[in-house]
Amino acid sequence: MAKAFPVTHQRGFGTVAITTFIFLYAPLAVALVFAFNAGTSPAKWGGFSLRWFQSAANNQQVISASILSLKLAAISAILSTTLATLAALAMSRTPRFRGWTLAYSAISFPLMVPEIVTAVALLVVTATFRGWTGYSGLGYLVLAHTAFCVPFAYLPIRARLQTMDISLERAAGDLYASPWNAFRFVTMPLLFPGILAGFILAFVTSLDDVVITEFVKTAGQDTLPTYMLGQVRRTITPEVNAIAAVFLLISVALVMCIYVVNQRTKIN
Amino acid sequence: MASLEAVRSKSASRTRWLLISPAVLVVIIGAIAPLLVIVTYSFLTPGPTGGVNYTLSFDAWTRVLFDRDVFDDTLTLSGTNLEILLRSLLLSLATTVLCLLVGFPTAYFIATRNPLNREVWLLLVTVPFWTNLLIRTFAIQDLIRNEGIINTLLIKTGFISEPIQMLFTNFAICLGLVYVYLPLMILPVYASLERQDRSLLEAASDLYARPFNVLREIIVPLAKPGIIAGSILVFIPAIGTYVTPILLGGGRNLMIGNYIEFQFGQGRDWPFGSALSLALMAIVMVALLVYIRHGDSHGHEHG
Repeated sequence: MAKAFPVTHQRGFGTVAITTFIFLYAPLAVALVFAFNAGTSPAKWGGFSLRWFQSAANNQQVISASILSLKLAAISAILSTTLATLAALAMSRTPRFRGWTLAYSAISFPLMVPEIVTAVALLVVTATFRGWTGYSGLGYLVLAHTAFCVPFAYLPIRARLQTMDISLERAAGDLYASPWNAFRFVTMPLLFPGILAGFILAFVTSLDDVVITEFVKTAGQDTLPTYMLGQVRRTITPEVNAIAAVFLLISVALVMCIYVVNQRTKIN
Repeated sequence: MASLEAVRSKSASRTRWLLISPAVLVVIIGAIAPLLVIVTYSFLTPGPTGGVNYTLSFDAWTRVLFDRDVFDDTLTLSGTNLEILLRSLLLSLATTVLCLLVGFPTAYFIATRNPLNREVWLLLVTVPFWTNLLIRTFAIQDLIRNEGIINTLLIKTGFISEPIQMLFTNFAICLGLVYVYLPLMILPVYASLERQDRSLLEAASDLYARPFNVLREIIVPLAKPGIIAGSILVFIPAIGTYVTPILLGGGRNLMIGNYIEFQFGQGRDWPFGSALSLALMAIVMVALLVYIRHGDSHGHEHG
């Protein structure tokens, strides 16, 4: 007798799943649509308009916050990816050595501490340092962001290293490639997708951060997230929706980027 | 010869640590050392305008759970602090349970598609996750405010005549947390479901097990590591949340993250804030221990 359903069928799961996807996308879709609303109401459609994009683009605070966000994300993503690559190369594919667990725990430490705890701890320390040294530049933010981005950059790089075939580098060595050339022409190209994934993950993590930045920054160091958080107490204008629309576009583009690179360079 | 080996391995070890130390150093300066400062501060007394006085005291720790009576120095359980701790625990547990109830069927749905479609569904889960947390919370806020689209639609269709107050309630916080952290549940649960041996389900079905019993006896027990991993991944950021209660809970429904912030801001009680931070960390550590003992160890092997 033929079965009515495949063995994997569970009644109602499909409905829940589809509802979940609607739940995940509906709020973002509404925000996206209302970014183009000519009126100010979050529920009444007042016609199509780009006025909120214009007002965001003309808002000096939004511009400088955007620039700072991107600058900070770029610097800390480059720094953390570089550090993470070096550490991953030294720690993966080698027999376990003394201090491995200690180094690994240190690198993944920022993942285990609630953000708010790191934030207040950094607040205390940076406030003291500002008092001592008089320096109140971007350095504190760069250091804080780089530190919490290191594990995010490290994990994809390590994952890639673990799936890489070590015999290829051995073969390069057997064919008299110098260690540096073997690294440059064999290891590096194979590792690149991992490094790119680590970089993007670190970049997005930095761009996304609001709590740690909020506590470490001084006056005039608003990033886009802290600027928006500061707007909470005032009436929300659809300007925030316009910024959200741009952010959404960036994140979709980055996810696609990782997806395409992974598809193209799958290690069989 | 042995000495040559020793020299070589010594230099390899030096190179290794040269490569590792920059990353470790940055994390030490940017995360570990500040936390140690907080540990120290939790045993000091508050300074008059913020900061600390360097006198040893366990008072901050006592006050996490107790109130000290001003007159006779007796300790009673602290109403305010317990309420905030309890609310944080309950809200984050509710969030975790809701994420599981919604996330498990979704992960199962994805895992039972054909392999090509799976990738697309997974991509659909990751896109919101990569979108700025603040923006996703704003989106929820816009949706559920009194003049928001849900209330407007309900009034227009005649279901209600007055808007339902959803924003600035515990419900709003919970909804926001579920919305933001749901992908963290779906992804690990999916990973453990995807690895399952389909022939077990066929065997059960051949032996006349009903779908619900297959789910209860086979699928869920085998997915347990993923379920635990997902629950921990949702619970930890949920209990430490700072932004969601501000945006969705208004000023009244504080969680522990906001209470900690208050102590370092207007409260001007750094030692108490430090002790609260470490209490929060202790809760997180307990959750992590559960994960290490029962969670998904696959993909976390060393090397």
